[in-house]
Amino acid sequence: MAFFVASILLILIGLYAVLVKRNIMKIVIGLSLMDTGVNVLIISLGFIRGRTAPIVNIKDLLVNTSSKVVDPLPQALVLTAIVIGVAVTAVALSIVMLMYSKKKTLEIEEYKELKW
Amino acid sequence: MRKWLAIIFLIVLGFFMAKITSSFPFGEEKWGVSRHYVDKGIEENRGSNLVTSIVVNYRGFDTLGEVTVLFLAATALAFLLSTCRCRRRYERREASLIVKTASETLYPLLILFGAYIFIHGHLTPGGGFQGGTVIASAVMLMLLAHFTFHPNHRALSTVEGLAGITFVLIGFAGLIWGGSFLANNIIPLGQWNRLFSAGVIPLIYVAVGFKVGSELSGLITDMIKTTKEE
Repeated sequence: MAFFVASILLILIGLYAVLVKRNIMKIVIGLSLMDTGVNVLIISLGFIRGRTAPIVNIKDLLVNTSSKVVDPLPQALVLTAIVIGVAVTAVALSIVMLMYSKKKTLEIEEYKELKW
Repeated sequence: MRKWLAIIFLIVLGFFMAKITSSFPFGEEKWGVSRHYVDKGIEENRGSNLVTSIVVNYRGFDTLGEVTVLFLAATALAFLLSTCRCRRRYERREASLIVKTASETLYPLLILFGAYIFIHGHLTPGGGFQGGTVIASAVMLMLLAHFTFHPNHRALSTVEGLAGITFVLIGFAGLIWGGSFLANNIIPLGQWNRLFSAGVIPLIYVAVGFKVGSELSGLITDMIKTTKEE
């Protein structure tokens, strides 16, 4: 249960940074935090109490595997999500570099062309 | 004003998220399709690491898409930074002798460790993505410690392209001889818990390791090298 609460808190903190902070770097950090929160949530959905990791490398685990390991599917999904998160963060940071080279400021308020 | 609006919105959102997640039983069995992956995974793929079996075989097509997204991100980043006249406001100083020597010693070891992680992806925790990231971190260490270090961009993109083509070709080989895209019955599966086992899974994960390693190395090089002195 603590994992659910922690992941929801992470998502909300990230969203707060995206909504309220004016520094672009802090907004990118907020996006990254939301990403991590979602990952923790998905991983904790697959957790089963008292089970081991889904790596069947000892003979004991070969028989009746599904009563001894946690759910491997959320872990596989999160592996995908982490890589995509890295790609998204890299592209976001390069956009920030481009914006900074144009106006020499990281304050989002200065970018008035984005408003309508 | 805006801050309090945001906080009220977040409280409402948090309340509903807590309500939804509290209906999931925590720490209990909720098997869906993964019941089949766990029960039949060893029999069908012989890979000890069930997560690898899922990522590379059962959901291999998804992983191909993921690798494509990574490629797309690297391309977008290279395009964006090529139009950027980024200037550095501070002067970059040479690193000290200790940092330089230590990074030169660690560089081959880190690359070896990354290769170990992706070669053993079907047996131990780890795999192509993790191993590739370790290799990229080795390149990043060298870039930060050495002024003059510049990875060969042409070689990196060649390795990246070849690795991507290998993944797709293995998939098509499965389509031709195995019956479906990325089918894992074109080469013998081997014995459980051995290095040469699990059919095409280690081959694909080695290709993914090379691809991710060269891609992230190129990405980091792009980011560090585009900023010029003022």
